[in-house]
Amino acid sequence: MSDKTEELEIRLLLEAIYQQFHYDFRGYSFASLRRRLRHALRRFDCSNYSQLQDQVLHDSAVLPELLSFLTVQVSELFRDPSYFKAIREQVIPYLRTYPSLKVWVAGCSAGEELYSLVILFREEGLEQRTIFYATDINPKALERAQAGVYELDRMQQFTENHRLAGGKSSLSDYYSTGYGAAVFDKSLRQRVVISDHSLVTDSVFAEVQLISCRNVLIYFDRELQNRAIGLFKDALDRQGFLGLGSKESLRFTSSAADFTEFARESRIYQKRVN
Amino acid sequence: MNLGVPRRTIPPAAVAIGTSAGGLEALSTILPSLPPEFPLPILVVIHLSPHKDSLMAELLQAKCDLRVKEAEDKEPIVRGTVYFAPPDYHLLVEDDYRLSLSSEEAVNYSRPSVDVLFESAADAYGAGLIGVVLTGANQDGAAGLRKVQAEGGLALVQAPQSAYAPGMPEAALAACPSARVLPLGEIAGFLQEVACS
Repeated sequence: MSDKTEELEIRLLLEAIYQQFHYDFRGYSFASLRRRLRHALRRFDCSNYSQLQDQVLHDSAVLPELLSFLTVQVSELFRDPSYFKAIREQVIPYLRTYPSLKVWVAGCSAGEELYSLVILFREEGLEQRTIFYATDINPKALERAQAGVYELDRMQQFTENHRLAGGKSSLSDYYSTGYGAAVFDKSLRQRVVISDHSLVTDSVFAEVQLISCRNVLIYFDRELQNRAIGLFKDALDRQGFLGLGSKESLRFTSSAADFTEFARESRIYQKRVN
Repeated sequence: MNLGVPRRTIPPAAVAIGTSAGGLEALSTILPSLPPEFPLPILVVIHLSPHKDSLMAELLQAKCDLRVKEAEDKEPIVRGTVYFAPPDYHLLVEDDYRLSLSSEEAVNYSRPSVDVLFESAADAYGAGLIGVVLTGANQDGAAGLRKVQAEGGLALVQAPQSAYAPGMPEAALAACPSARVLPLGEIAGFLQEVACS
């Protein structure tokens, strides 16, 4: 298969998925998407993307599994502890001044970032006045976020991250173990709304004070990055906060002027007052 | 696939370098020997501890005439610049010659992975890519270098006996027996010659 044919077939596949199922991957960063789709070809035993397109359009079992190739779901609790430390030490003092709060975890995957923030807010005494929205496009990821179950062998890393993030309690207070898994306490979901939402095709659904969206924008091309950041800008309250992944920035986007660098190293931005 | 286009007529467009154990020393031999007017961009993956913020770009900038920086997501690739993959992120090249970062799973136990860089760079640059595998103790880069060759690009491997850790060059040579093999001290001169040809 030549590169040109491969690219054409991938574009046609993405168009078919969009037309049929309304999942829009057409503006995703192509290099990484192509890499994941090459794996999908092997998994579905196809020799080209036209065959894969045939399967996805005619076998309803294919799309849910293909979504796990099209989206990236790699995270940890308190991934990049310095980010959560900056939220705790620099953002929380601002948020304390609000009588009620809304937090949006955009692209929540299996919920690692969500549980990190809920635990942090509980430790800081803000959980009960906060509603957490956690959204993703992948139904399987949302189910996992709702379940809050992680492999036991990941807990050592999570515990260390939590400590480095300035954790004020023991992470083991929040989960019980059994069958090789750690099950996070359902009380952590009291204030949580987990829902399907696409940064590509959906619009703003609430006014929020903090958006955490880490390692999501890197999978978008620049146009889509601009759209997503535009959504964040519209969803944020006056002087609301936007936290990105440690190697993401607003620099190459069209909304750079709408935000100030609040905690530069931690990639936390604050919406400018107009 | 270059239908009917003789491979040698494609001018070089970029250099991609992959290395691991001993890589800082090897890069400290090669990069400072290249002049500021070196006409190609250089993309580098070096395996590092994921939980340390890399000072690699700063360390090498102090020794180099070329501009050296950590790659940023969606940054346009500019000639005469050395881009390092940030620790804990894969580095990829988009077909419009911008860089992308990815936090996907480790490949060959590595993030960044040399294979991921080489494969995407080979897709973007085709026969214009020069892929270089230097010292290292694992197999990362071997499959990527094979892809570089398959797209018509030039494969270059540090002579294993001149490498601090020969495993990565040996694995690359096993995958690409026809790759050019050079001792560390001759790689900068060779790149300079090819780039200006």
